[in-house]
Amino acid sequence: MTALKGSGPAVCIGEDIDTDLVIAGRYLRTKDWNFWAEHVFEDLDPGLAKRLKGAVLVAGKNMGCGSSREQAARALHEAGVLAVIAPSFARIFFRNCINVGLPVLECELPGCHDGMTVLFDCTEGWIEVDKARYIFRPLSSGMQEILSTGGLIEYWKRRLNR
Amino acid sequence: MTTLSEKILGAQAGTYIDRHVDRAFCHDGTGIQAKIIYDAIGAPGIACPDSVYIIYDHIAPANNSQTAELQAELRALAREYGVHFLDIGSGICHQVMAEGRVAPGEVVIGADSHSCTLGALGAFATGVGASDMAGIWVSGETWLRVPDSVGIHFSGSLSAGIEWKDAALSYIAELGMDGATYAAIEFTGESASSVPMEGRLTLCNMAVEAGAKTGLFYADKETEQYLAGYSVTCQLQVPDKPDYVKDCYQDLSDLEPVCAVPHRVDTIKPVSDLAGTSLDQVFIGTCTNGRFEDMARAARLLKGHRVKVRTIVVPASEHDYLKAVNTGVAADLIKAGCTIGAPGCGPCLGAHMGVLGRGEVALSTANRNFKNRMGVGASYYLCSPSTAAASAIYGEITDPREVI
Ligand code: SF4
Repeated sequence: MTALKGSGPAVCIGEDIDTDLVIAGRYLRTKDWNFWAEHVFEDLDPGLAKRLKGAVLVAGKNMGCGSSREQAARALHEAGVLAVIAPSFARIFFRNCINVGLPVLECELPGCHDGMTVLFDCTEGWIEVDKARYIFRPLSSGMQEILSTGGLIEYWKRRLNR
Repeated sequence: MTTLSEKILGAQAGTYIDRHVDRAFCHDGTGIQAKIIYDAIGAPGIACPDSVYIIYDHIAPANNSQTAELQAELRALAREYGVHFLDIGSGICHQVMAEGRVAPGEVVIGADSHSCTLGALGAFATGVGASDMAGIWVSGETWLRVPDSVGIHFSGSLSAGIEWKDAALSYIAELGMDGATYAAIEFTGESASSVPMEGRLTLCNMAVEAGAKTGLFYADKETEQYLAGYSVTCQLQVPDKPDYVKDCYQDLSDLEPVCAVPHRVDTIKPVSDLAGTSLDQVFIGTCTNGRFEDMARAARLLKGHRVKVRTIVVPASEHDYLKAVNTGVAADLIKAGCTIGAPGCGPCLGAHMGVLGRGEVALSTANRNFKNRMGVGASYYLCSPSTAAASAIYGEITDPREVI
C-alpha cells in the first residue's frame, strides 16, 4: 500500500536531473533493491541519501530525464522518499514512479526551500508549503489504483486473482 | 489534421488508451529487472510470447560472475516461455529490432529509453521501465497517452563532411533537453524523403534526448526499399496535414560539424571551435552511430592513417559487423589501429569494454554525455563518426572537412 497523502520535509534538487545521477550505471546489476538506497544521488551529492527517509523530493523541471532505468524510481522509494514533486517529468521516470508505488506530482513550488514542510494529497490534487496551497491535475483513476495498491506488482496480483 | 501517432494509436492526442503491443523487447539489463517483477506477480504465463524479444547487448559478454548469473536466469526464462531470444553478439536491441523485426504502423514498446529509434520505420515506438515490460508480458497490452506532436521540417541537403548526427545534435540543441517532453517528433518537410534509413535511425534515436516519447518518419519509398531487404512488406504512410504543437525548421545546407560538450546533450559547439582539444579515447559505436554506414564513413577517413589515440569501434549488430568484414571496412579500421569490440553497447553506459578513467577526455558517437556515464570523473563530447575518425587521426578534436 502507498499513502496517497502525507507530509515531510522538502529535499530540493535542481533541474534536468538525469537517472544516471539518481542511481549510477555501475550499481544497476543487482537484485537487492535496498542496495540502491545507499547510493542514490551519489554523483550529485553523496550526503543526500541520508536525508531522504520520510522526505518529499522537490525537483526542478524535466526530473528523471535520460535512461529508462526503473532502479532510479525504485532507489528513491527504497530510500524512504514519500513523493516526488517537479514542474515536469521525463515520461518514463514518471511511469516508473507510479509502477513502483511512489507518488509523482506535477507542480511548481516557487517558494519551497530545503527543510520546509510539504503536505500533499494526490487524490484531491493539492500541495501545501508554508501556508500556500498549490493545485495540480489529479492522477487518472487507473494511475491512482496502481499507486495505492503499492505499485504494478500488487496491482497485477490483484487483477489476476479477481 | 491527424498526426502519425494519432493514426497509429487510433485516438486523438491527450487520450489515454489501452493498446495491444505488437512488439515488446528488452535487454539483459532491463530484462532481468522485468523478470523480478514478473516472478513477483506470479502470472500463469506470458500472454503473447511470439511478440516478446529479449536481446543481450548492454553487458555482453558478461563482465563478472554476478552479471553472468543474472543473465543465465533470464536465458532460462526465455527458453521456458519460447520468446525470441538473441544472445550476446547479436547487437544492440534497437538495431536488431530494426533489422526486419518491426513494420510500419506497429506499436513497439521497448524497456529502454532509446526505443524511439524504431519510429524511423513509421512504427509508434517508445520506451518504458521494467515493471511496464513485466505488465506487457503478463497481459500483452499497456496503457498509453496519445502524444501531441512536434514537427521538424527539413529542407536543403547535407554538405560533405556533415552527417545526420550533426543534424540530430542540432535539433536537440534547438529544442533543448525538455523541448519535446511527452510529445512525439515527426520528421517531415521537403527533404525528409531524401534521408536514408541509417540517418532516420540516428535522428529518431535522439528524440528522447529532447524528452520526446518517440520520433517518427512516415513510411515511404526508402522504408519500402529498406524493409524489402528483410522481406517485410511495407504499408506506405502519407502525411495528412498534421497539426503540430511546435514547429522547428532545419535547412540541412546550413549545418556544420558539431559536438555536444560535457555534460549536456543540448549544448553544442561547432567542431571548429573545439579544434585542438586533446583526447584520451575515441569511441565509434552505439545505437546512434554504430551501423555499417557509420563504420564505413570512419574507415574512409582512417584508411592509410594510424590513430594517435586509443580508438574503440563497436558494431551495432552482427549484421553490420559482417557487412564491415565482407566489404573490407573492418580491415581498414584494424589497419588504422582501431580496437573492434563485440556487437552491442560497448562502453556507452560505462559498464565495460572501454570505460574511461578519472580526468580522461573522450569523443564518442553516442547520444548521451551525462556526468560520469562512461566513466567516473571523465568527460566526453558527442559527435558524428566522421568527426570521431578525423579526431582519432590527430589525437585531438579535428574538423572532418580538413581530412576529406
Ligand atoms: S548503445 Fe548506449 S544508448 Fe544505445 S541502448 Fe546501448 S547503452 Fe543505451
